Amino acid sequence: MTVQISFTLNDRPTTVDVEPATLVAELLREQLNLTGTHIGCDTSQCGACVVHLDGLPVKSCTLLAPALDGATLLTIEGLRSEPGSNRMHPMQEAFREHHGLQCGFCTPGMLMTAVALATEKPTLTEADVRHGLEGNICRCTGYQNIVVSVMAGAAAMNAAKGE
Amino acid sequence: MGNVIGIGASPKRKEDQRFLTGRGNYVSDIKRPGMTAGVFVRSPHGHAILRGVDKSAALASPGVIAVLTGDDVKTDGLGSLPCGWGISDAKGVPMKEPPFPMLAQGKVRFVGDMVAFVIADTPEQANAAAELLTVDYEVLPSVVGVLEAVRPGAPQLFDDVPNNICCDWELGDKAAVETAFRKAAHVAKLSLVNNRLIGNPMEPRAAIAEYEPGTDRFTLWTTSQFPHVVRFLMGALVLNIPQHKLRVVAPDVGGGFGVKQFHYGEEAVITWAAKRVMRPIKWVASRSEGYVSDRHGRDHVTEAELALDETGKFLAFRVNTLANMGGYLSTFGPNIPTNLYGPLLGGVYTTPAIYCNVKVVFTNTVPVDAYRGAGRPEATFVLERIVDVAASEMGIDRVEIRRRNMIPKEAYPYQTPVLVQYDSGDPMGCLDGALIAADVKNFGIRKAASASKGKFRGLGYSTYVEACGLAPSRFAGRLGARGGLYESATVRVHPTGQVTVMIGTHNHGQGHETTFAQIVSEKLGVSFENVDIVFGDTDRVQFGMGTYGSRSLVVGGAALSKATDKVVAKGKKIAAHLLEASEVDIQFEAGNFSVAGTDRIKSFEEIAGAAYVPHNYPLEVLEPGLEEQAYYDPVNFTYPGGCHIAEVEVDPETGTVTLVNYTAVDDVGTVINPMIVEGQLHGGIVQGVGQALFESAVYDEGSGQLLSGSLMDYCMPRADHMPMMKVATHSTLCTHTPMGVKGCGEVGTIGSPAAVINAVVDALSHLGVTHVDMPATPNRIWRLLQNASLPVAAE
Ligand code: FES
Ligand code: FES
Repeated sequence: MTVQISFTLNDRPTTVDVEPATLVAELLREQLNLTGTHIGCDTSQCGACVVHLDGLPVKSCTLLAPALDGATLLTIEGLRSEPGSNRMHPMQEAFREHHGLQCGFCTPGMLMTAVALATEKPTLTEADVRHGLEGNICRCTGYQNIVVSVMAGAAAMNAAKGE
Repeated sequence: MGNVIGIGASPKRKEDQRFLTGRGNYVSDIKRPGMTAGVFVRSPHGHAILRGVDKSAALASPGVIAVLTGDDVKTDGLGSLPCGWGISDAKGVPMKEPPFPMLAQGKVRFVGDMVAFVIADTPEQANAAAELLTVDYEVLPSVVGVLEAVRPGAPQLFDDVPNNICCDWELGDKAAVETAFRKAAHVAKLSLVNNRLIGNPMEPRAAIAEYEPGTDRFTLWTTSQFPHVVRFLMGALVLNIPQHKLRVVAPDVGGGFGVKQFHYGEEAVITWAAKRVMRPIKWVASRSEGYVSDRHGRDHVTEAELALDETGKFLAFRVNTLANMGGYLSTFGPNIPTNLYGPLLGGVYTTPAIYCNVKVVFTNTVPVDAYRGAGRPEATFVLERIVDVAASEMGIDRVEIRRRNMIPKEAYPYQTPVLVQYDSGDPMGCLDGALIAADVKNFGIRKAASASKGKFRGLGYSTYVEACGLAPSRFAGRLGARGGLYESATVRVHPTGQVTVMIGTHNHGQGHETTFAQIVSEKLGVSFENVDIVFGDTDRVQFGMGTYGSRSLVVGGAALSKATDKVVAKGKKIAAHLLEASEVDIQFEAGNFSVAGTDRIKSFEEIAGAAYVPHNYPLEVLEPGLEEQAYYDPVNFTYPGGCHIAEVEVDPETGTVTLVNYTAVDDVGTVINPMIVEGQLHGGIVQGVGQALFESAVYDEGSGQLLSGSLMDYCMPRADHMPMMKVATHSTLCTHTPMGVKGCGEVGTIGSPAAVINAVVDALSHLGVTHVDMPATPNRIWRLLQNASLPVAAE
């Protein structure tokens, strides 16, 4: 038994039939072939699966697909400098600039959390960033360059807003 | 020519674009037509006789295609998982090596041991069917700790391994050590535990296998650090598949840390099963499944004694260790607590006599194997802890006692009493640099400030040396290696001068696509953008031993450097012909071949073009084409080293340890890309800090249950556990690798646990605390403070 849901996915209207027990992370990866959203755990601890639901960061491994009906979803594949652009988001640029990634597995979730943090609070301190990344685990980087990247990305987002 | 980016520059990484935009290609992202889903049924018991498996209900469940067990493996006459190292005791008696079946046969020996493989159309159906499998176990008592396992009367894992001892291994001159101990003015003693760890790369393990009847070829996509070794071990020794009929691909891999450098039973089962069901099969582990099946790390219990003269000079060091192997021997298992541990017990000191005994022990736990640092962090921890104990007992300053015993820079090359000879190093230089960077001078002021808030502040030092790039093959062979330890690289120059490199190492976060491209860009003078690095696919890369033990740049980079030299040599021959000069007069510089002392010149692109369009070409003496391959077998290990200083604050009210400052000065030889090296150091340090403060795999004795079986119960370091670290390099060049490189992937993990624990002990030393086992969790510290039964307020 499936249910039909309609939502906006990365700026595109999308309608799919899903099993009600499908998790958003599975829907994205298996049904919609958007494999940028990663699954790193089964206990909602790692944050590899973070996406934006109506502008807020959520762990897509803990959300059932029917909850998407009528909502707006942004995944790593839709993250851009501005809608429709091919340019990377300033946060993505900052991660590249400051070596905020190694194996890249935690990176999509980190970026989605980072963008949400920077959107919520215009000036982030180091402590804000470290605290804000509490739900995202990275085993490779030791976090230092991620923290530097998030602060730089937030500053760039602010500067862009001011333009 | 163009944008040459060479050694010492920090270009942004080539690999980042795909990872930043969600376009990476990890095993779990791959789909194949007609793909089915596989689920492993694992033992819920630590130790049990496997009486039988009733498949009928599972087979009748919707969507189920097959259910395979150990009996099917037996019927098909398949081998068991091979161990890559065969060690021996002092008398030359080889280790006990019981078979490690790919699906359990007769007995299960740890929680997570694989009993059956269920294949269905969808993962949901496979999971549902797995629930319906009835497995008949006769549960036996489990033994999980090494001390318990060697006691008389302990549960025995294998009938022919008495006392669960796989090997009683030793190294060093026992008699010389005993003599030195008799002459000692002071003997420091320490008992310690090196806690069992779980690697936790963020990408869980996964595999897809496919069989094509038309070509009789198998393909296995797997989250592996060494696809060629998997092809070799699995094809030749487990499944009897000819190497040319087997392709193993390790695409983007989300972190390894050692955990993905073994040949796992899952890989063999899924490949075998793909032919039986004639459809592709995918298996993706959950994180919790990884906890009971990814190989664990460390797990030592050690008694150490250091003999000193009255001035604090080390006379001899004696170490007795029980090392946990878990339920079976994994690929490198027995090599880690022996060959990679004993020879590093000399550290950066001039200790003249060392003896080490290691009992390698089976228990009812997940097999233990190499995990970032592998053996070297364990050696460093023992040594750097006991040096602190000796200093405090003898009333000598901790830095001073280290200085008195350090190998001076001029004494290199330095032969240790335990096999290894260090080619280069400057421990004193690293120490001096770290003391300044850590502002040790003003530590007293910071300690007083902490005290005024009721907190205890401590400073901890750790100096270390490590051995990277296991080498050379013939030496490793004498120590028990059953494989070679070289690396291969092919440099393919295209007719237009762009370059594709095929290399046998594997990139899973280390930045090879960038670092190796820098080497080629510098050596051939071609644009950085015009170099691509190919790895991880046995159909595209000739051969390779993969990435582990910080060997990629040290051994793989050397092979690459050698191959580029061959390209230049052939280019010179072509240029000599085109420029009508003698070959010896051709020089190659900045991407141009020229005749010395003239303005006659040919660009790299022109030479590449002539090689592939050989109209004016000496075909009688020179082959067309410009592609060269090199294998490099190292002449020695490389020996990175350094000094780490940790500063902690302990809250006596809660027992919480906060790491407040961290400084590292590491000697990693030539630095190709400083940005990437710094990133490796950061990551390594936090992995070691994780061991020191947070992480521990805990088993229940008796039942053999893993109590820390998910990310809910196993504490991984998070961003707010760490301060900003200060890392720097102080490089002496390796004297025998082509570019002077030493390796940097593990140094952080080797230096940090001892630095952090030494800092914690220092913070609590006024309460009479002389040792704290890892991890120094709030609970452990709080209990210690209660037992110290001293007023908890700071002075
Ligand atoms: S996969 Fe969602 S939190 Fe780990
Ligand atoms: S970059 Fe590998 S887990 Fe974060």
